[in-house]
Amino acid sequence: MSHATDIRAGSPLQSVLGWLLRNHIWVFLALTIIVFSWASPYFLTVNNIGNILTQGAFIGILAIGMTMVMINGEIDLSVGAVLALASALAIGLQDHMGVWPAVFLGLMSGAALGFLNGTLVALSGMHSFIVTLGGLIGIRGLVFVYSGENALMVPDFSYTEIPEVYLGPISLTAMIFFALALFFQWVLSSTRHGRETYAVGDNIEAAHDAGINVKRHKIINFTICSTLAAVCGILLSMRLGTAEPNAGRIWELWTIIAVVLGGTRLQGGFGSMWMTIGGVLTLAVLRNGLRLLNTPNYVELMVMGAVLVLALVLDKVLNHKGYT
Amino acid sequence: MGDVILKVEGITKTFPGVTALDDVSFDIRSGEVHALVGENGAGKSTLMKVLAGLHKPDAGEIIYQGAPTQVAGPLDARRKGILLIHQELSLSPELSVAENIYLGAWPTNRFGVLKKRELRRHAASALDALGCGFGPDTRVGTLSVAMQQMVEIARAEAFNANVVIFDEPTASLTDTEKDQLFQTIRGLKARGVGIVYISHKMNEIFDITDRITVLRDGQVQGTVDTAETDLNQVTRMMIGRTLDTYFIRAKAEFGAEVLRVEGLSKAGVFRDVGFSVREGEVLGLYGLVGAGRSEVVETVFGVRKADSGKLYWKGGEIALPSPRQSIDMGMALVPESRKEQGLVLMMGGRENTSLPHLGLFSSVSIMNRPKELAVFEKYRSALSIKTTGPDQAVSQLSGGNQQKFVLAKWLCADPKLIILDEPTRGIDVGSKSAIHELIADLAQKGLAVIVISSEMPEVLGVSHRVLAMSEGAIVAEFEGDAMTEENLIDAVSHHRDDAAA
Repeated sequence: MSHATDIRAGSPLQSVLGWLLRNHIWVFLALTIIVFSWASPYFLTVNNIGNILTQGAFIGILAIGMTMVMINGEIDLSVGAVLALASALAIGLQDHMGVWPAVFLGLMSGAALGFLNGTLVALSGMHSFIVTLGGLIGIRGLVFVYSGENALMVPDFSYTEIPEVYLGPISLTAMIFFALALFFQWVLSSTRHGRETYAVGDNIEAAHDAGINVKRHKIINFTICSTLAAVCGILLSMRLGTAEPNAGRIWELWTIIAVVLGGTRLQGGFGSMWMTIGGVLTLAVLRNGLRLLNTPNYVELMVMGAVLVLALVLDKVLNHKGYT
Repeated sequence: MGDVILKVEGITKTFPGVTALDDVSFDIRSGEVHALVGENGAGKSTLMKVLAGLHKPDAGEIIYQGAPTQVAGPLDARRKGILLIHQELSLSPELSVAENIYLGAWPTNRFGVLKKRELRRHAASALDALGCGFGPDTRVGTLSVAMQQMVEIARAEAFNANVVIFDEPTASLTDTEKDQLFQTIRGLKARGVGIVYISHKMNEIFDITDRITVLRDGQVQGTVDTAETDLNQVTRMMIGRTLDTYFIRAKAEFGAEVLRVEGLSKAGVFRDVGFSVREGEVLGLYGLVGAGRSEVVETVFGVRKADSGKLYWKGGEIALPSPRQSIDMGMALVPESRKEQGLVLMMGGRENTSLPHLGLFSSVSIMNRPKELAVFEKYRSALSIKTTGPDQAVSQLSGGNQQKFVLAKWLCADPKLIILDEPTRGIDVGSKSAIHELIADLAQKGLAVIVISSEMPEVLGVSHRVLAMSEGAIVAEFEGDAMTEENLIDAVSHHRDDAAA
C-alpha cells in the first residue's frame, strides 16, 4: 500500500502519460510497427493492414470474452472447442433448417455451454482452469462425434459472401471485433455488472461482504465469453465455407497470450478492452510481420514466446513502480 | 446516552466442535461507545459477524430499533444501518473511492447502467462530512491504510448507519492517525450513532468507551460502565478461569547459555529485541497476535532478514544464519501453521519425519529405508502418536497427532535449541498435555526450549521465565512468583502509557 499520488489525476500531459503507463502495450505495438515497416516494404500497405485487422479479429473476438472472464478472476480454456462446435452446427444444420436458424442455433450452443461452464464454476467451487479444461476436451469430442471426423462443407456458397462487406480496407469481421470491443469496454466501465466484475476479481471477500452476488457475475461472464467464441466460430465458417473439426485448436492459448500481453492481470481485478485490443493487434502484427519476412515457422514460435515473456517482464517492472 | 438501538438476546452459534457463542445478550445505546473485550477466541469476532449478517445464529434474537429483526446478509445489514468496519479492510483496491463506499449498492438505471454522477456526488458529500483529504475518484489502492479505513467509515455516512462496529481499528495505525480516528468516532457518537469497539488495547478502551462488555469462552461475563471500573476488574473478568489444566514444568537446572540475541531490529516489525536461553531452560514468549513474536524467532532461525542485531551461539558471536546453517548448528523451529510450513500432508509419517534430514537417512542419495522406519517407530512410541502405520497420509490424522509428527521431524536431528511457535493451537486437550509433558521432558534432557503462545496459562505453566512482547518490543520479563496472568496482561496492554510517562 503506497502513498503514491494517483497518476491519472493532474495535467493532460500527465494523464496521457498515466494512460500509456497502464496501457504500455500500445507503445510496444508502435515499436513493432516501426520495426516491420523498416524491415519489409510490403508491411505498411493498405492491403496488408486490412489483412492484419481481419486475421487479428478472430483471436480478438475470443479475447474480448476472455478479458471479461479474466478480470472476474477466472479463466476459460474451452473457447477454441466452443468455436469449433458453433461453426460445425452453423454449417451442418443448414441442410435441415436454412442458413439463419442454423447460425442462431450455433450461437445458442455457445451461450448454453458458457452458462454451463459458469454454473459449474460458481456452484461447485472448482477452479475454472479444471472445469474449462474438461470443457476443452469434452466439447472437442462432441464436435468430432457430430461431424463424423470430417470437414463439413457449406451447401450453398453464397454463405461465404455474407462477410464480404468492406469499409475501405476494413472487413466486416474486423468491424464486428472493434464494435464488440467498444461495447464491452462500455459494459466494463459504465454498467453495474462491469464494475462489479472488477470488484469480484480484485477482492472477492470484500465483494461478498458487500453483498455482491459473486456467482451471478461469474455465470454472466462465462456466458458472454462462450457466446463470443460462437460468434467467432460462425464468422470463421463464413470465411472458410467449411467447418473443420480441428478448427480453433490451441486458439485458447493465443487468446490468453493476447489478453495477458495487453496487461490484463491473470489474477483478476485489473484490465480493460483497450489493453486487450492492444494485445490482439500486437500479436497479429508480430505474426504477420514475421511471415512477410519469410521467417520459418519454428523461428516464429520462438520469437513469439520470447516476446510474451519480455512483455510480462516489462509489466512486472512497471507494476513494481507502484502504479497499481 | 440515548435509548437502546440494538439488542441481542440469547445468541448461540456453534461451529463443528466449538461453541463460539453461548447464550449471549447485550445491547447498544445510541450515542455510546461500547467496548467488547476478551482474549483471542472469546467470541468477539463471531458476535460481530452475526450482527453484520455474515453468520446466521443458531438461536437467539436480534432486536433492532424495538422490533425483532432478521439480518439476511451483509448488504441487508448495511441497508438497515448496521455497519461493520473490518480489521482486514474490506475494499477493492482497483476501484475508486466512490465505488468502494457504495460497493454492492451502486445506483443504476433500469438497464443496469451506472449513474456515475449520482454515485460521485453522494460519495463526495459523505467524504466531506468526515473531512477526508481525498476525492471520490481516487483509486483506493493509492491510499494509505488510515485513509482506506476512512473510506470504510464513509460508508457509515453514506448508509446513514445507526450502529457502527469497529474491529481492532487501530491495529495498523500510527499515533496521529489513531487520534484522528478517535475524533471521527466522537463525531459519530455526537450524532447519536451507537458504536461497538473491539480492541485488545486496554488504554484505548479506557480512553474512548462508555461501557465495557467482557466475553470469555463465548459467554458474557458482564457489562460495566467504563467510568466505574478499572483495569484490574476488567482483566479479572477476562481471565477469570480456574487453572483446571495441569501443567508440568521441568526442574530448574540450567546449564550453559545456548543462544543470546542482542539488539535485533527490523524496521516496522520489531526493535531492539534481546534475550538469552540456557540449556535445560524453557523460555516463554507471550504477546498478542501481531506483537512480532513469530517474526523474531523466524529471524533468529534465518527465515527472515534483520536490519541489525547480534547473535551468540554457545557463547561465540555468529552472523545471522540461513535456515540451513541453523539446522546444522542444532537449532529447530516448529512453525505456527503446521499445514503450510510444517508438514507435507499427502505424505506418511515416515517420510515427514525424515524430510529435513534426508542426509542422515541416505548414503549416496539412496534412502536407507530400514533406518527411516526405525526412527519413525522410535518417535511413534516415544510421543504415543496414533497412526495406522508409517505410510498413512498425515492429512488423515488429528491435529494433535500431526503436531507430534512435526516435533518428531525436528527432534530426530538431535537439536540443542528447539523453538515452538504456538505448539498447541487447535489441538485437543489430551494432546495438549502430551505436548506439555514433552516440553518438560526435552528441557530435562538439557535442551534449550523457547515456547511462543497466546494462551497465558500455557506459557506460564510450562516456562521457567516469560518475556512479554507488545508492538515489536520486549516490554517485560517475569520470573518465579512474578509470573502471573495479571502481570502479563498489564505488561502487554500498558506499556504505551509507561513509555509516555
